[in-house]
Amino acid sequence: MAMLFGRKLGMTRYFTEDGMNIPVTVLEVGPCVVTQVKTSETDGYEAVQVGFDDVKPRRSTMPMIGHDAKAGTAPKRVHGEFRTGDGDDAYEAGQSLNVEVFANHAFVDITGTSKGKGFQGPMKRHNFRGQLASHGVERKHRSAGSIGGHATNLGTGPKIKKGKRMAGQMGNKRHTTRSIEVVSIDAEKNLMIVKGAVPGPNRGIIQIQSPSRLYKPKARKQAEKMKG
Amino acid sequence: MSIQQTLEAVVQDQIKTDLPRMDVGDTINVHCRIVEGEKERIQVFQGVLISRKGRGINETIMVRRIVNDEGVERVFPINSPRIAKFEVVRRADARRSKLYFLRERQGKSRRLRDRRRGMKHVEGESTVQK
Repeated sequence: MAMLFGRKLGMTRYFTEDGMNIPVTVLEVGPCVVTQVKTSETDGYEAVQVGFDDVKPRRSTMPMIGHDAKAGTAPKRVHGEFRTGDGDDAYEAGQSLNVEVFANHAFVDITGTSKGKGFQGPMKRHNFRGQLASHGVERKHRSAGSIGGHATNLGTGPKIKKGKRMAGQMGNKRHTTRSIEVVSIDAEKNLMIVKGAVPGPNRGIIQIQSPSRLYKPKARKQAEKMKG
Repeated sequence: MSIQQTLEAVVQDQIKTDLPRMDVGDTINVHCRIVEGEKERIQVFQGVLISRKGRGINETIMVRRIVNDEGVERVFPINSPRIAKFEVVRRADARRSKLYFLRERQGKSRRLRDRRRGMKHVEGESTVQK
């Protein structure tokens, strides 16, 4: 289990050895610094906190500058932690982690803040079909239709069920894309190339994590990579 | 290094450097690798280059040929490893960058003028290839 921060650089294409043409995203991953090691004695759980990207001291806060200084590093822009358990490598504060952490990973999970789309209707936001173009439909072509009676869904009650899909803010929300294939890793330049898209804009900050769950064929591939 | 430079550097080694000079209007042979199960063979697609677009790794060409009185157009990513090589068969004059007007042409007017002049600046291209 490991998690590092990085930046999305942009998308391009990649030709694999057998001639397949795949869309890829280029990520800058780390280097991150371990800013704190949490243990069950002191914190109640085992975790490692990492920081990424130097920031001007005046843009940080005194408590954060002090916190990072304890690990012997300059103030960092973002901080985050991942749980550790038995069988994980030992970490110590001040240690630098780079993209090689994922050298034995065939897949990763990537978390980021998706691009904001503003207030959107149900067709764009939830892929609803909308209403007919004609046959007497007036001024309602993109509306959701019935949202159910007040007494449905929750048995009886005065309200519509919570979470009912309607129009609203779309995007600009933390989102995780799971089980993304790692195409290649360049430890020298701290680059990782992954197959497909990643949430957020170019230059956006992202988290790269070990995959939390994999479908069977992917899990098999991952196991092979771990061995070799 | 800027982000754009990094993205270009990542795919730099995938870009072909041994391509012949191909201009819009030229008649070219595209040698495609076709994989059938275990076996691999080369299929040649000959036609007129009618469009060239994209930069770097994304560059593609569109080749048009006539098969059984039916126009066939194929788009090839020029850096794809599935393409063994390109060959220029005949050079021709084109006054515009996209020759989409050829789709409307029938018979003799479909032909393009040979490029016999103005090729001195291209090394080894002073004469028209047969």
